[in-house]
Amino acid sequence: MSIKVAYWPGCVSRGFTPELHGSMAAVAPKLDIELIQLDRANCCGAGVIAEHNQELVDSLNARTFALAQGVEGAVGMMNICSTCQGAQSECQERLDADTAYRQHINEHLEPEGLAYEKNSAWWNKNFLWLLVEDIGIDALRERVVRPLTGLRVAPFYGCYIVRPQSRLGYDERPERDLYLEQVIEAIGATPVDYAGKHKCCGFPLITMNRTTSLRQAGRHIADAIDADADCMVTPCPLCHLNLDLQQPDAAKYVERDLGLPVLHFPQLVGLALGIEPKELGMNKHVVKTGDVQRKIAELAAA
Amino acid sequence: MPAYTLKLRRYDPESGQSAYWQEFNVELAPERSVLDGILQARNDQDGSIGIRCSCQAAICGSCGVRINGKSRLACNTKIGEAAERAEKMGRDAIVVEPMGNMPVIKDLIVDMDAVHWKKVQRVVPWLLPEGDPPEREYIVPAESMIDITQSMACIHCGVCVSACLSMEVDPEFVGPAALAKAYRFVGDPRDAHEEERLRDLAEDEHGIYDCTHCFACVEVCPKDVAPMNQIMRLRRRATGDYGIKDDNNGYGHEKAFVDLIERYGTLHESQLLPRSYGQGSLVRSQLDPHSVKQLITAFPTVVNGLKSGKVAPKAALWHNKLPDQSQVRRIYNEVHSHGERIELNMYIVGESGGEEEGAMAEGSQEA
Repeated sequence: MSIKVAYWPGCVSRGFTPELHGSMAAVAPKLDIELIQLDRANCCGAGVIAEHNQELVDSLNARTFALAQGVEGAVGMMNICSTCQGAQSECQERLDADTAYRQHINEHLEPEGLAYEKNSAWWNKNFLWLLVEDIGIDALRERVVRPLTGLRVAPFYGCYIVRPQSRLGYDERPERDLYLEQVIEAIGATPVDYAGKHKCCGFPLITMNRTTSLRQAGRHIADAIDADADCMVTPCPLCHLNLDLQQPDAAKYVERDLGLPVLHFPQLVGLALGIEPKELGMNKHVVKTGDVQRKIAELAAA
Repeated sequence: MPAYTLKLRRYDPESGQSAYWQEFNVELAPERSVLDGILQARNDQDGSIGIRCSCQAAICGSCGVRINGKSRLACNTKIGEAAERAEKMGRDAIVVEPMGNMPVIKDLIVDMDAVHWKKVQRVVPWLLPEGDPPEREYIVPAESMIDITQSMACIHCGVCVSACLSMEVDPEFVGPAALAKAYRFVGDPRDAHEEERLRDLAEDEHGIYDCTHCFACVEVCPKDVAPMNQIMRLRRRATGDYGIKDDNNGYGHEKAFVDLIERYGTLHESQLLPRSYGQGSLVRSQLDPHSVKQLITAFPTVVNGLKSGKVAPKAALWHNKLPDQSQVRRIYNEVHSHGERIELNMYIVGESGGEEEGAMAEGSQEA
């Protein structure tokens, strides 16, 4: 059975991490997900517009929600970015909390005939949540054609998808901060336990305090390396920027060699579903993914 | 009675021994607290266990610890739930450690003076009114205090300081508790030094712009103070109300981001960095020596991005506008032109309780 979703890819997956958007497009048909892309939707604000003006960010995201609610036959909205998830959930929480406030925000959408409607059955989920909750770990396991047995994967969630739990639906789904490990196991790989998996990659600080920012990124990568990880995986492209694009610089700030490949979540799933690494854009990383690809090829040959 | 295993981190500097783990088996009902479990172990098995506590009802804020890695009040954490969480993490014991980011005095007791209280003092945590005091008390309209009630709820337990992920790598960060306290005075209509307070904390390289926006403090606060939200309120006032152009790019980053979305609808990433370094302006980023220096520091990253094929030069320079960008601009214009700061204060409204009309207008409009 296929799932049809209104799909918000976010800004960064179409900018500095194009391999994320591409890998999601490759993975979706393998999982019978029909993506109806919201080409007219706007940036979620990434916490920065919220810092500037709450009414503005709530209006912008209400606009995105209204566009998503207008996609016929879609069961909900899907994103592929922890930051989009957190920033949008924050706005949705306020919009849902108060009728007068929601009406006020909807007035900003009225000229185009748009309105966000509160509806407890409507949701906005990161691909990670959708995969575990709506497709299911068992269904995923059945579709694995290339089990990644022996590959040691360090999960890195991204703050916006794990905190605050009350806003992010953890009351109903208390295991959302364990899903990456569950998926890693389901595709035959081994989840690596290390200190940083629920911590901050430092990205929001990169322009304001480069030292703090890259020490955060460097420390988590170092911890994962010390726990014998072959690679790291993250459902957040902003984390990916700090953990992969900035990794060579982060190494200087923690004063040690790093060099750990960091995969986007759909890339890891795609590998297990049999998609070729190149089709998943794994050649477009700063830290080369060759070792991971070689290990997977060896596993397949063995 | 259900049995639980507590794995406590022990440390006694006077013994000359390094820190070690020790397990204790306790028996109590699942709805009792982790603190009850620790006290049972101390009373029945080992009187030397160091734990600070008083009210045992989440009022005094004495018993902050880390339980299964998460900063909490021990009295406010049910032992049954802690055991379930430990099991889900694949552990057979509830792990209890002293709070993070502060030196340990003994076992589960940390030195709050060395970190927490010092940082609170840093923000001048008292009212600085101007002019002669009134004959009796200062009188303020109730609605002007709504905005700061949340920061006033702080019990100084230090749990947010323990969880702070910026402080973990930058011990000099002023931090969540002290900055929430700063907002308590910045937002107080009786205080006459709002701008100086904001300028001080915006210019400090370990001040409001050293918060990494990770929600760790929001998640752990037992009193729902949401310290990070108070830091964002400080930033909002520093940039929006006073236009304070700090050297940390706090002002520049916000301006760059907000302006780029107004112009394009989605983020034009390659302009974000230079604009952030140039107080929001591309031209300034290339003329101002401080901005240019920062751009040079970031240059190797740009080269790596281009070399890896991640970033195509054309995509980096050219960014398409949204098809309906006029809608985004209209929304910007409407919000920025009505001259009011309209906010929904979730602390007052509650998660789903404010369905009656008018909660917004009564509760949270700031002038």
